[in-house]
Amino acid sequence: MSADDADAPGGDAAAEDLNIFLTRETVEGDADGPLSGRTVAVKDNISTEGVRTTCGSAMLEDYVPQYDATVVERLLDAGATVVGKTNMDEFGMGGTTETSAFGPTKNPVDPERVPGGSSGGSAAAVAAGEADLALGSDTGGSVRNPAAFCGIVGIKPTYGLVSRYGLVAYANSLEQIGPFGRTVEDAAALLDVIAGPDERDATTRYDAAESTPGASGAADVPDGVHPADATDYAAAADGDVDGTTIGVPTELVEGADDRVVDVFEDALADLEARGAETVEVSLPSVEHAVQAYYVIAMSEASSNLARFDGVRYGIEGGDGNWNESFAAAREEGFGDEVKRRVLLGTYALSAGYHDKYYKKAQDARAWVKRDFDEAFAEADVLATPTMPVLPPKRGESLDDPLSLYLMDANTVPVNLANLPAVSVPAGEAEGLPVGMQFVGPAFGEEAVIRAGSAVEG
Amino acid sequence: MTATDEGAASDAVDPEEVRHVADLARVDLSEEEAAAFAEQFADVLDYFAALDEVPAVEDEPDLVNVMRADEVRDGLSQEEALANAPESEAGFFKGPTVS
Repeated sequence: MSADDADAPGGDAAAEDLNIFLTRETVEGDADGPLSGRTVAVKDNISTEGVRTTCGSAMLEDYVPQYDATVVERLLDAGATVVGKTNMDEFGMGGTTETSAFGPTKNPVDPERVPGGSSGGSAAAVAAGEADLALGSDTGGSVRNPAAFCGIVGIKPTYGLVSRYGLVAYANSLEQIGPFGRTVEDAAALLDVIAGPDERDATTRYDAAESTPGASGAADVPDGVHPADATDYAAAADGDVDGTTIGVPTELVEGADDRVVDVFEDALADLEARGAETVEVSLPSVEHAVQAYYVIAMSEASSNLARFDGVRYGIEGGDGNWNESFAAAREEGFGDEVKRRVLLGTYALSAGYHDKYYKKAQDARAWVKRDFDEAFAEADVLATPTMPVLPPKRGESLDDPLSLYLMDANTVPVNLANLPAVSVPAGEAEGLPVGMQFVGPAFGEEAVIRAGSAVEG
Repeated sequence: MTATDEGAASDAVDPEEVRHVADLARVDLSEEEAAAFAEQFADVLDYFAALDEVPAVEDEPDLVNVMRADEVRDGLSQEEALANAPESEAGFFKGPTVS
């Protein structure tokens, strides 16, 4: 930390007051590379060799990974310095960073308010100047939501662009690791480093995937080449939206707070003044997206979190037979929201309910994908407010899980459809940041990065 | 959705059902937790019930087998694999009693 940081809102005292880091430990990259001299905060569900990785859970309070996640290896190879592991909603389950077993993170913009979540610590670290860049993970908005609430940039990559090896799984068909930065170019430069195929995550393979028909914004890459190997994301942050067609899905604007919509519409008007054309598009399926998302995410969580049995890692269950010991370890180690989701997921997959919930949710997921495909026949990118509300005060919504789930209306459709999206600061309302989301066709990261950089002006 | 809808919830859940699911999921619950979850689950499941309106949608995902050569490579050592276990003995994980 340089001397002139003393007056910055950052500073170590600020980081502690805001409860940004769960583990403050520096890991220096040992190479010269594109991220030399840059500091990166890493969400605490991304494995770091020899550095405690808790997932915000009492279950993993003392867990120390024996290996680095692929993204961490790539950061260090690129010359970056990891400055710590950041607070998060327990196992990524939440949108406010209040479900962490280690207490909530405060929003650097207004410490009475939540920083968003689940990657709230990572977003707060960048917003408070504690790190130049950060990594989060986005299962249903967990990068874009805190980026919007903290007034910074966050990117949710196309499913399969970034390796999930070493990411502690919550809902693996939905989640991607994504970068934060104070500018679109910064976040895109971090994406350049972490993206690309990894033999340890078979979903990063690209040989089979075909780009969406009619998707003009998608990366134009030869067969058999991973899109990350054929693109330069940072270079796409050129602010040039002249001739770009921006689709605005009416369903995802109508439900938002008026103060958010005002900022969003002003930003759209700016883009039109810079040569973009806006068209209304319709995504009728999104009415069911939040329901489908939670059924799928909870179902996958109930299976993924079965590994926490208190034998190989985690809290020991004590006396009794296997079942009694597991159940005791999980009672003690998991917080309320994690128990809620594991139980609801178990219920949705249980005999007699599978067809009613899980199968219908998969239908809704396919419907959402189809709606996006049709929208991208008319537009290069889609724009929405990232969050339909301004950042709430801490403690406002914890007792009403359903109201929290509804806050994800604009972010979860993107995960259901496996698409890329960016959240960029679009302005302020009542002194609080408002984020604007751009969604692109599969592997169309360059298009959303370009549009997002135009908002920065 | 408000608390007043609860009586009308199509998926009212009682604490016994919550307890049954918790058994399946291997999570112990206190009386208070089971009661609180029953109330919250009614709201959430009522909301999920709207999925009933979703039409069947044909979906052909781009799936492919990903193969690799079956070659021996480095993994965790025994010591590394045991490093996070609450209890181990003579190079093994120590689990609860099998009964």
